[in-house]
Amino acid sequence: MPKFVFLWTDLVLWLVVATVVAYVVHVRRSPNLRTTWRHVLRDAPAMSAAVVLLVFITIALLDSIHFRPRLPVAPDSPANAPAAFGTRTLSPLDVLLRHATEAREKTYSVPLAYWGFQRETAVVDGREVRELPRLAHGGAHLQDPAREWKPDLIARSLRGITGGLIVAALLTLGIATLRGHGRGGWRASLAEMLRGDTEVPWRAVVATATLVAMFIGWLAAIWPAYHPFGTDRTGNDVLFQALKSIRTAVVIGSLSTIATLPLALALGVLAGYFKGWVDDLIQYFYTVLSAIPPILLVAAFVLLINVYIDRNADDFATGVERAEFRLFLLCVILGITGWATLCRLLRAETLKISELEYVQAAHAFGVSHGRIMWRHILPNVMHLVLIVAVLDFSALVLYEAVLSYVGVGVDPNSSSFGSMINLARSEMSRDPVVWWNLATAFTFMLALVLAANLFADAVREAFDPRSRAFRPRRFRLKEST
Amino acid sequence: MLNYIVRRIGYAVLILIGVNLLTFTLFFAVNSPDNIARLNIGAKRVSQDAIEKWKAERGYDKPIWFNTKADALDKFRQTIFFDRSLKLFTLDFGTSDSGRDIRHEIATRIPASLALAGPMLLLTLFSGIAFSLLLVFFRASYLDFWGTVLCVVMMSISSLFYIIMAQWFFGKTLKLVPLSGFVPGLDLVKFLALPLVVGIVFQLGSEARLFRAMLLEEASKDYVRTARSKGLAEPAVLFGHVLRNAWLPILTHVGALLPYAFLGSIVFESFFGIPGLGTYVVEAIAGQDFAIVHTMVFLGSLLYILAYLATDIAYTFVDPRVRLA
Repeated sequence: MPKFVFLWTDLVLWLVVATVVAYVVHVRRSPNLRTTWRHVLRDAPAMSAAVVLLVFITIALLDSIHFRPRLPVAPDSPANAPAAFGTRTLSPLDVLLRHATEAREKTYSVPLAYWGFQRETAVVDGREVRELPRLAHGGAHLQDPAREWKPDLIARSLRGITGGLIVAALLTLGIATLRGHGRGGWRASLAEMLRGDTEVPWRAVVATATLVAMFIGWLAAIWPAYHPFGTDRTGNDVLFQALKSIRTAVVIGSLSTIATLPLALALGVLAGYFKGWVDDLIQYFYTVLSAIPPILLVAAFVLLINVYIDRNADDFATGVERAEFRLFLLCVILGITGWATLCRLLRAETLKISELEYVQAAHAFGVSHGRIMWRHILPNVMHLVLIVAVLDFSALVLYEAVLSYVGVGVDPNSSSFGSMINLARSEMSRDPVVWWNLATAFTFMLALVLAANLFADAVREAFDPRSRAFRPRRFRLKEST
Repeated sequence: MLNYIVRRIGYAVLILIGVNLLTFTLFFAVNSPDNIARLNIGAKRVSQDAIEKWKAERGYDKPIWFNTKADALDKFRQTIFFDRSLKLFTLDFGTSDSGRDIRHEIATRIPASLALAGPMLLLTLFSGIAFSLLLVFFRASYLDFWGTVLCVVMMSISSLFYIIMAQWFFGKTLKLVPLSGFVPGLDLVKFLALPLVVGIVFQLGSEARLFRAMLLEEASKDYVRTARSKGLAEPAVLFGHVLRNAWLPILTHVGALLPYAFLGSIVFESFFGIPGLGTYVVEAIAGQDFAIVHTMVFLGSLLYILAYLATDIAYTFVDPRVRLA
């Protein structure tokens, strides 16, 4: 039994997952919410984005259970010796991709390469030649790399992509069969899906899933033998870094929004409900906060944490714990500095709602203030919270990169897209150009943020009736002509 | 009108006092000067003497809020709070932790910041409105659809990518413009061209999408339908009616952008080596210079409040319907 390490970020992240699951159950029971969410389910870009997001979130969650493995018992130790644990904190993702962490090169290497980055002196036939050395792990299985490298890559790619396609086909059939009950069997269902003749845009979902499966299949075939996205300066696998960065991005994107909720919800509803001096005071408070340029306010708080961590350096058992604590505090800071926007929205909405008849009726029946706010107002402003949460996610992921650049982001030792980009900055001016670090960070970040943006758009459209009018009316146009 | 402005200014001063108290508490009360000193000296075991010396050199050896040892008014004047917080209101920023005069530093850096931020704000606004007008003019067509898609994709890319790629492509590969740096005079254009272009492109996605939404909301109103049914040409409707009425939300948005323009875009300045206020902040954060960061927070909030005030007053000129009461 390994020793589990409970990190703050992990706990809160799993709490978020539990909340989302509870929310889904809630939605299924409530006819109103079901109708609204159906708008999202009908939106093809949003559903494709959801598939991509799901993959990202799965990776992030796999990386959010931490433990220190039990070390094998030394043969000469006494029988009742306490169990010894490794010093490195691992996650299931680390264990799953063990080969990638172990396959370290000396320094940079080009994606898929079997040769090193810097020429080294070697002795061939008694003469000294400068040549690119073989990598320790990338393509190490090749006997005659010059001849075998290309066919090997092609064969592996084909195998991987075919595997991905098979999985995707099985998935499609599975969905068709599940849909097929009561709709004329899986054949009819499949035909409908492929025609795009379904309420939920299954064709888009399946197409996205196929692309994702092909990519994962390709990686699964290539990664054991090569570095698909090269290695960085210290010889670490870039793809592995990118996968580890996903968790940081997801943590920042979700936890920071959660951190805004207590203040924003409590103060926003109070201000809108009580009006008068309470409202004035709360408005003053959030105007003061929003008057400070956000990046400077974050910087100010981060300088505070630096002092705190500097003073309590001994409290953290491992470097990971310290880095995670910093990440957690960073999310809290982003929450403390960012609640003003949501608070303003909630206040305005509460002002509107508290004038409605049913709230007046509750007053007339003598329901207490606290109960009115809890039972009648809070549930009716939750859609705003949802909209802001999904919209902020992508903004926060992008923000993290900027913060890391300014020097107030995540711990320099933990991997994040921000720190990957920062390193890449100097690499682009090297000769030959080291482009793969930047390209990998770019690809993964774009996929994550774009998916989050598309999904957020659909959610906003569904929950905010005002924004529905802005949609391009392509189909209506076709009907009229 | 005058009554309104006076009231707004009064509120602005109150906000500024709040900001000042909050940031002072954050910087100097939560962190005792001892901790700041220890962090700045940097060594693991720092002797108390070294800390005292460091504090005395920078005037942090006084009490924070209230000096019991001094007499009369000096009870309040001989404090860190007076030095570091109240003096900000007279624009006396004191010296940084590294011993430089902050006001002088800021004064020399403002022109560089303005040279970048002024044109950037105007051009961003112009390109955003132009692009969104194009989308709205061709609304519900494939141009609109793919234009919006392009906006979303552009929004999803980090500003750092735009900068790094532009520096690599235009600066290093094509050698069209210098990578970074700053010279006063006419050559300035060469140094500012790249940051300006990157700045515009990076903001185009979100700006155009926002303006498009504003314009479309305006375009769905009844008076626009009336204008069309009178037989007015679409350009006349768009420019004469929709755009004129959409100025109000656009103006609000610009008001929110203004403080960042003055403060200088932190990322752009430090990437392109422009010695403006943004670079100053980044350096101060890297050097953990609390005095500078504190001053810049104050300055930034001051600008924010001024910009807010300015937009409020500008409303009356753009839209005569807005009555200030």
